[in-house]
Amino acid sequence: MIRELHEQLKNGKITSVQLTEQYFDAIEKKDTEIGAYLTITKKLAMQQAQFVDDKIARGKEIDLIEGIPCAIKDNICIDGVRTTAASKILDNYIAPYDATVIKKLKECGAVILGKTNLDEFAMGSSTENSAYKVTKNPIDTARVAGGSSGGSVAAVAAGSAVWSLGTDTGGSIRQPASFCGVVGLKPTYGRVSRSGAIAMASSLDQIGPITNSVEDAAIILSRISGQDLLDATSAKSSDKKYEDYLTGDISGKTIGVPKEYVESLEGEIKNVFEKSLEKFKSLGAKIETISLPHSEYALSTYYIIMTSEVSSNLAKFDGIKLGMRFDDELDSAAKENGLSKKLLETYLDTRKIGFGDEVKRRIMLGTYALSAGYYDAYYLKAQKVRTLIRRDFENAFKAVDFIYSPTAPEVSFKVGEKSADPLKMYLSDIYTITANLAGVPAISFPIGTISTDGNDLPIGGQLMGKWFDEEGMLNCAHTYEIN
Amino acid sequence: MLSKEEILHIATLARIGVSEKDVEKYQHDLSEILDYFKKLDEVDVSDVQPIGHITGMQNTFRTDKQDDFGELGKEEIMKNVPETKDGYIKVKSVL
Repeated sequence: MIRELHEQLKNGKITSVQLTEQYFDAIEKKDTEIGAYLTITKKLAMQQAQFVDDKIARGKEIDLIEGIPCAIKDNICIDGVRTTAASKILDNYIAPYDATVIKKLKECGAVILGKTNLDEFAMGSSTENSAYKVTKNPIDTARVAGGSSGGSVAAVAAGSAVWSLGTDTGGSIRQPASFCGVVGLKPTYGRVSRSGAIAMASSLDQIGPITNSVEDAAIILSRISGQDLLDATSAKSSDKKYEDYLTGDISGKTIGVPKEYVESLEGEIKNVFEKSLEKFKSLGAKIETISLPHSEYALSTYYIIMTSEVSSNLAKFDGIKLGMRFDDELDSAAKENGLSKKLLETYLDTRKIGFGDEVKRRIMLGTYALSAGYYDAYYLKAQKVRTLIRRDFENAFKAVDFIYSPTAPEVSFKVGEKSADPLKMYLSDIYTITANLAGVPAISFPIGTISTDGNDLPIGGQLMGKWFDEEGMLNCAHTYEIN
Repeated sequence: MLSKEEILHIATLARIGVSEKDVEKYQHDLSEILDYFKKLDEVDVSDVQPIGHITGMQNTFRTDKQDDFGELGKEEIMKNVPETKDGYIKVKSVL
């Protein structure tokens, strides 16, 4: 889609200003019902679009994504724009700088339409945990868009943005992409700088694109990746144009299907998945059953590591340094020696009122897992099991080029269906979290639909690749998509 | 099941204010999830090194130089601070 729009802009069939206005019209028409956006950045977008049109008028070359409207998840900072992470505690926060990915996108001339809704601080699998609103699935608005990047995904699926950026800590790009029938890419850990993204769990977080096609995802990845000294975990990588690696040929490639992921699949999802395997075979790929023996421990490992890192990362929201300060005017039972009551009450009230239930639950869990006497049993143990999970992947990738499964064990569920049961909600992430634990790249792309309540609800397939082999993985998904 | 005292202790460590009702809810929710975590007890990890982070990169350095946001930039940063005095962040008395 990006390439076609680029041609139209270049050939003068449409201007960036016209294109951008079309998207703002779409947002106005649809977004009251969908709830994808939290903040609209019209002034910024129109300036960016006008700048690109002037450049085209002067006969200058433009980049593939230049002048094309996109949306940004509201946990990524844009200079001068409100950035809430969908939390009350950042209700009034205006970012004073651009995240590295935003800096890069601005240099490419991307047009930014606005900031999109998410589960508060990206904690959730349905975008029901936003302090502001629930984002609905554009295919069936009684259902969730998925999460946590639900707003970014719904915006693309509803045609209210050409593409968007999300963040993925345990599947937050891929699971909603699967639910809404679009493409979502989580790059290798270290591929994209997270500087300026509000941290959730730093050893797992990655930024990635949500798009209408695999080629679009490749185009965006080329423009946001690269080492950045402001994110010490970002890895050295050459400036690749991933879109140049999409040959449409995967003959001779081996795709491994982990038996632990698919043995419990049943019904319609199983049918859709098996059909997709046939398609991969018909494209010349070999399908092999493989084993990732520690899969059953992934969810516990993930939730211990993630909540521990959450409790540490969110300690900075204290009602003193930035964001909101709240006061419930009640005296709490908490006491701490050597700390003034007034200061302690400021912390307690601000975080009690400023954070939502799920965020507090995770901070509490993480604090417990890291507290004296429990660290070895929980955090250290989980980090060791994580080594075993990574080893599973190293062994698997000796024999196969890619690992393939459904993205989620289900289609989009109804709004409210799972919100009362945190553990049930966590199980939505069962296929996606291992890619974050092992650090490998993963992509979700549509492989079929299941007719439910009169709507065709999408199912996503997930390909995982070797560390830093985005080009191979993207080509595999692309080949599937174009055939 | 975690005791009320344990929940209060964790809440104080986490700096999260809790009501009586919250304490009961956390007792239930956290205990249920911690039980689920027990699954890891089955795994033998003697001889396994923990992963610190996944890329295995070590010693990433950059020049120790600050970015000057300028007067305007400073103003933009300080606008996000709940309470300031003379251009400084105001903290409640610590002792």
